[in-house]
Amino acid sequence: MASQTKGTTRRRKPAAKKTTPVETNGQSEKFPEAALKLERTFESYPAGKFTHKDVGLSADQVMAMYRNMLLQRRFEERAAQMYGKQKIAGFLHLYIGQEAVSTGTAAALEIGKDSVITAYRDHGHGLALGMSANECMAELFGKIDGCSRGKGGSMHYFSKEKGLFGGHGIVGAHIPVAVGIAFGHKYRETGGVCVGFYGDGAAGQGAVHEASNLASLYELPVILVVENNHYAMGTAVHRAFAETEFTRHAVGYDMPAAVVNGMDVFAVTKAMQDHVAMARENRSSMLEIRTYRYRGHSMSDPQKYRTKEELESKKDEDPIIRLKAYILEAKMSDAEALDAIDEDVKAEVLASVEFAEKSPAPDLSTIYEDVYEEDDYPFIS
Amino acid sequence: MAILQYREALREAMVEEMERDETIFLMGEEVAEYNGAYKVSEGMLDQFGPKRVIDTPISENGFCGLGIGAAMNGLRPIIEFMTFNFSFVAIDQIINNAAKMRYMSGGQFKVPIVFRGANGAAGQLGATHNTSTESIYATIPGLKVIAPSNPDDAKGLLKSAIRDDNPVIFLESEVMFGLKGEVSEEKDYIIPIGQARIAREGDDVTIIAHGKSHWIAMKVAERLEADGYNAEVIDPRTLRPLDMPAILKSIKKTNRCVIIDESNPYASISSEMTYRIQEKAFDDLDAPIMRITTKDTPAPYAKNLMAYYMPQEDEAYEACKKVMYV
Repeated sequence: MASQTKGTTRRRKPAAKKTTPVETNGQSEKFPEAALKLERTFESYPAGKFTHKDVGLSADQVMAMYRNMLLQRRFEERAAQMYGKQKIAGFLHLYIGQEAVSTGTAAALEIGKDSVITAYRDHGHGLALGMSANECMAELFGKIDGCSRGKGGSMHYFSKEKGLFGGHGIVGAHIPVAVGIAFGHKYRETGGVCVGFYGDGAAGQGAVHEASNLASLYELPVILVVENNHYAMGTAVHRAFAETEFTRHAVGYDMPAAVVNGMDVFAVTKAMQDHVAMARENRSSMLEIRTYRYRGHSMSDPQKYRTKEELESKKDEDPIIRLKAYILEAKMSDAEALDAIDEDVKAEVLASVEFAEKSPAPDLSTIYEDVYEEDDYPFIS
Repeated sequence: MAILQYREALREAMVEEMERDETIFLMGEEVAEYNGAYKVSEGMLDQFGPKRVIDTPISENGFCGLGIGAAMNGLRPIIEFMTFNFSFVAIDQIINNAAKMRYMSGGQFKVPIVFRGANGAAGQLGATHNTSTESIYATIPGLKVIAPSNPDDAKGLLKSAIRDDNPVIFLESEVMFGLKGEVSEEKDYIIPIGQARIAREGDDVTIIAHGKSHWIAMKVAERLEADGYNAEVIDPRTLRPLDMPAILKSIKKTNRCVIIDESNPYASISSEMTYRIQEKAFDDLDAPIMRITTKDTPAPYAKNLMAYYMPQEDEAYEACKKVMYV
């Protein structure tokens, strides 16, 4: 706790100090003589710039990442099908297209020590952190063997073991919680960091503003990640934000920020590694990871807000296809072996559907469980 | 027994618990360097340092959410609201995150946190600074709601709230911070959550009142005694869970009940008490339950309007006579 000498006193100097202060004309405050200028640079992590070696990954690790990205993809394709069969109800927000973000992040974290919290599009994050397809599918089916015992559903995946602090449904409201998780890491000196994901839409929430300020003010080990998939539900970024360069939002919090191509898993890994390193030194930061979701906001979205041409052009950037091409190019594997991985993943997903089908629905008595610590709480007896 | 102000009792509770458990910290607006807007946390920064007594910007949503995340990650935060009127900008954090986290995570993440601060009306402060929030929070499953009326209860219940593994709403009062009373000097003084206190025994009418309304009940009981009637005064102390056995036991004895509740009347905690009493003790009642609340309006500013807005002793006295048919 050496760095937090005062609750609201920070080791860093405010950025505005670059101008020359003078005392003139009876002004009691030191007042800038000339116009204020702001110079900030933001690191960029474009696609194709980093190799697996640049981010310290072995060929085996790359293959594991590929398999996991494919697992996320096939899991959700199957979930969408099960939704159509009414095995899954309520909301189902698919992550398809964004898998490099979750996977690159997981590669940069110490799972079990570090923490992740995200919004309702959470299947990818859960699977990337190592949650099983079984517990994830069973949760979608509303079964007792689901990760949240059938109480959460699609939007509320949690895994204490893997450090997933949820799946959250109120846009932006989990970002103060992300900052609090980081506060817990720093206070208890666990050495862990927290990655808080939110969508571009959430950047308009007051909670995100408050949390960002607190993170920087208290020097907390947190990385705030705008997962910019270009649409807040059906509203394009430029229709919702006066400043669409999200890195610049970080200026108001005196935070470092970088922009990352989220279609390249190595770009994400590299950016996340750099920012995790900052977080381990209690320097909070922001990442804007530009990605794209290929499916609608939820299952009932006619997607009239974007053109088919736009969607098709983005599909050329598919992060899984990109990694597949990389693997083949680097001769880490061959087409036949990659097909075998795909078959293996599909079998795992099918098995998870069978697991979810067979898992019992929660007993009605469980409705009163997990409301309070006490089992015999007076209200629920 | 020591004589302490209500604020001192609260401070003793926090200090004792923080000395006992390093994972507890206090966070809020002006709790540290200013020593507390109402001096509840006076001296705590000096004793515990800035790691554990933390000033915040005016960002209730942000720092409540921070507390919740910290609670999920192994700490036991005490989050102070300067007043609970300001909890409304953080109510999403309290209702959606604090109260529901354990449930929607299937029991994986507990949220041991206390949200505490002044609740209810405190004079001519206008509409936005005079809200009684107990009925709003008591309706939320996953929360516990406590509203102590005196220094002894404030200390014993705050210590319980801090040790509790659930999120607790702890409602104090600006006008009671200076209230003096006897406080137990027993080491590790704990009052269990969910137990009402029979403040005064009687068999003619039961008056239920929490928080500062309790003191109206006590005055009414004195006036009734002068008239030759013995009122039983129950201070529920905890509003969720509610000590229904204690309330029902009293009503079986008196057969009459008046509730004083500083909430706005519609769908309030007194509505809930009334429902529960008629459900369990319909045949024991000799008169309809009456209640005295604030008016069904926002709080006004003008002195006379504000006095009229609040639950009044005369109203409560007349209600007691009415249910006794005297």
